Amino acid sequence: MASASQTAAYNAARTGSWWSQIIPVVLGLGGFSVYATFRAFEGALFQWGPYLSPFYSPLIDVHHRYWPYSPALLILGGPLGFRATCYYYRKAYYRAFFLDPPACAAPERRRNYAGETRFPFILQNVHRYFMYLAIVFLVFLWHDAIKAFAFAEGFGIGLGTLVLLVNVILLTLYFFSCHSLRHLVGGKLDCFSCAKAGGMRHSSWRGASLLNEHHMLFAWSSLFSVGFADFYVRLVASGAIRDLRLL
Amino acid sequence: MPDVLLKIFRGDREGGQTADYQVPVAPGMVVLDALHHVQKHQAPDLAVRWNCKAGKCGSCSAEVNGRPRLTCKTRMDSLPQDKPITILPMKSFPVIKDLVTDVSWNYKVNKKIPGFTPKAGTNWRMQQEDIDRVQEFRKCIECFLCQNVCHVLREHDKHEQFGGPRFFVRVAGLEMHPLDGVSRVGLLKKELGLGLCNITKCCTEVCPEEIHITDNAIIPLKERVVDEYYDPVLRLVRKIRGG
Repeated sequence: MASASQTAAYNAARTGSWWSQIIPVVLGLGGFSVYATFRAFEGALFQWGPYLSPFYSPLIDVHHRYWPYSPALLILGGPLGFRATCYYYRKAYYRAFFLDPPACAAPERRRNYAGETRFPFILQNVHRYFMYLAIVFLVFLWHDAIKAFAFAEGFGIGLGTLVLLVNVILLTLYFFSCHSLRHLVGGKLDCFSCAKAGGMRHSSWRGASLLNEHHMLFAWSSLFSVGFADFYVRLVASGAIRDLRLL
Repeated sequence: MPDVLLKIFRGDREGGQTADYQVPVAPGMVVLDALHHVQKHQAPDLAVRWNCKAGKCGSCSAEVNGRPRLTCKTRMDSLPQDKPITILPMKSFPVIKDLVTDVSWNYKVNKKIPGFTPKAGTNWRMQQEDIDRVQEFRKCIECFLCQNVCHVLREHDKHEQFGGPRFFVRVAGLEMHPLDGVSRVGLLKKELGLGLCNITKCCTEVCPEEIHITDNAIIPLKERVVDEYYDPVLRLVRKIRGG
């Protein structure tokens, strides 16, 4: 609606260092992507004692009978797809990497905008399928976290046990705060009191809504925890540090 | 009282530029007070739309230092006073005069949306748990700040294909109403262009009524569009059930 001269006036009027909002996202998501890519292709140092890196869980074809490359490459599509199509991360990377928009009321350069109506971004609509897949991954990660208490000499707790446990708790919170899950458990209903099991679905929807308010927090904290859990296992497996036994 | 320099847009559809006005700042003063001071003492022809001065009528929307805001809810002491304060009309709508914009496009969009239509044989008694959600959407004061900040309208001028956050809030209020019997999901996808929204949450950030537009209205509506158009399993289930 605004003319070129007016647009210039609006751009000049936009005060504040709005770039400062996207720099942490670029560093956080960019840094994680670089590290995760390196680790996914490394194909080594993902296991020590009762610990298994979350990047490699579930561990498939570890002896390379059918798959000659890193076993992480077989499974990373699931968690990657869940995060890439997540409603929070979409906001974060559309702003930080596509500058669409870089910040509210900030100028944009791109002119051929189509939102999520065309390929590839129309694929964001498959988020719920990645959510279903995420349940499988969570089951395996809980199994790994419980197994991390089982040392060769019996029950024990190491620092790695706690790292894996905190990681799976944060991933679980991230999962249960998902927008698609909130829709599935009850949000899709127009009338809770008229539906079958409506009371239970209303309670589930309310619970999911409470968690959903902190979805961004869980998204970031679980991203860092999963990266740190892998890093810790790698350090221990490489012999760079010794696992601290607490019990 | 210290003086502050206001740079206020003066012009109309043909164009214009900012003009400088010095205004004394008093404790508790808001930007709309400063505009009134300019009107009273320096520029009686300055056009400003306002009504309640209490953040409830949604009339005084403008851009203060490049941020869409209600001028009646923006305190002068919240702005840096050692620099000029720029006040421009909302960018997404055509200027009529000075800070007054023509927001009639919104009313045309509104007409596309079928109103509340009760189901046949409706029992008019409702449970609180069923209307908690829609009550949030009723807080909207139609200030159109969300429409103004939305980059789909502001930067990409998709006024023909896109309804904008304000009307997604309205549709959400109708779609989630326990007694409403009409589906607007097709309208959302085809005529209101919900897919153009990339959920960057600027509408939520500027809403003076603190409606969680993105999380509570737009994303649930996107999920309903997915149910209808992008979920093959649900489509199969509907076919089996004869829906």
